[in-house]
Amino acid sequence: MSTSMDPDSVGGDFADGGVLTTDFFVAWFDDIAKQVRLQRERLTALDAAIGDADHGTNLDRGFTEVGKALTDSPPTSPGQALLSAGTTLIRRVGGASGPLYGSAFRAMGKAVEEPVTLAGFAAAFDAGVVAVEQLGKAVPGDKTMVDALVPASRTLALAVRDGVGVREAFELTARAAEEGARATIPLRARKGRASYLGERSIGHEDPGAASSALIVASLATVAAVGS
Amino acid sequence: MVGIVLVAHSAGLAVEAAALVRGIAGAGALVAAAGGTEDGGLGTSLDLIEKALAAVDRGDGVVLVPDLGSSVLTARLLEEPGRVVVADVPFVEGAIAAAVTASAGAPLAAVLAAAEEARDFRKLSNP
Repeated sequence: MSTSMDPDSVGGDFADGGVLTTDFFVAWFDDIAKQVRLQRERLTALDAAIGDADHGTNLDRGFTEVGKALTDSPPTSPGQALLSAGTTLIRRVGGASGPLYGSAFRAMGKAVEEPVTLAGFAAAFDAGVVAVEQLGKAVPGDKTMVDALVPASRTLALAVRDGVGVREAFELTARAAEEGARATIPLRARKGRASYLGERSIGHEDPGAASSALIVASLATVAAVGS
Repeated sequence: MVGIVLVAHSAGLAVEAAALVRGIAGAGALVAAAGGTEDGGLGTSLDLIEKALAAVDRGDGVVLVPDLGSSVLTARLLEEPGRVVVADVPFVEGAIAAAVTASAGAPLAAVLAAAEEARDFRKLSNP
């Protein structure tokens, strides 16, 4: 939709513990846009339960615009792809997820250095998670995207330490994010609109944590392409 | 003079709040509204906040007064210490306190402090 690249070349470009290319990041945003579109109703339904029912729509609009931006001005580096995506999300989402995800991708874009190794990516990813924590002032357990992102970042760092390959590392990271998102179900929200609901926020998965898990799952999906 | 930008989820809320603030602080107050999304929906637009900021920026600093949620997060992206600050205050009371102080010619730090005092204003009794 937003990229003319050959998907089979993606895996080949960075497989076997290789380097994450600009194409990888473009493919990542392309897959996020697809998954957000597919899961728009689920995200909106989660948000309808404890929020204002716009999370799926907002992210769909935002990541569609990211695809357009990356097509109109093809990035020449991973950092440029991340900065462009982040800026687009900040400007086009309209809800709280815009500045949060936008700041995360921009922080990643500023932190990555070429060539982007898995270790470099992990460090940049953590910088992105820290940006979300600092802007939103949320900590793990507040029932926010942080509950998916922090375990994901920790798992990715451990995978790097253990010398795990790119595909397996991203699979482990995606699983940690998904588990983190599901673990928000019994929590009582302490940040965002859901916090006004108090006890009634218990029993619902946090939509921000769910979309964070989706974004991280796309890493694993794109890494698996061509394998 | 320090400028004030009212950042709200709704264009109508921001515009009417700005009119109220000007009515109380005086027509000379530098107050701009940045409400809703660019297509007129509920939400926050960085572009609209930037435009409002530029409209009231006379070089003496600007206080951004957000309502809640994405307004706060988006406003914080524009913070420039000592020049553009976000007030953590009740929307209406904070905006009025800031604008009244600003229109008296107070510097940025004093305008922000006046806005923050509004957080503890009691409407029915003294604490």
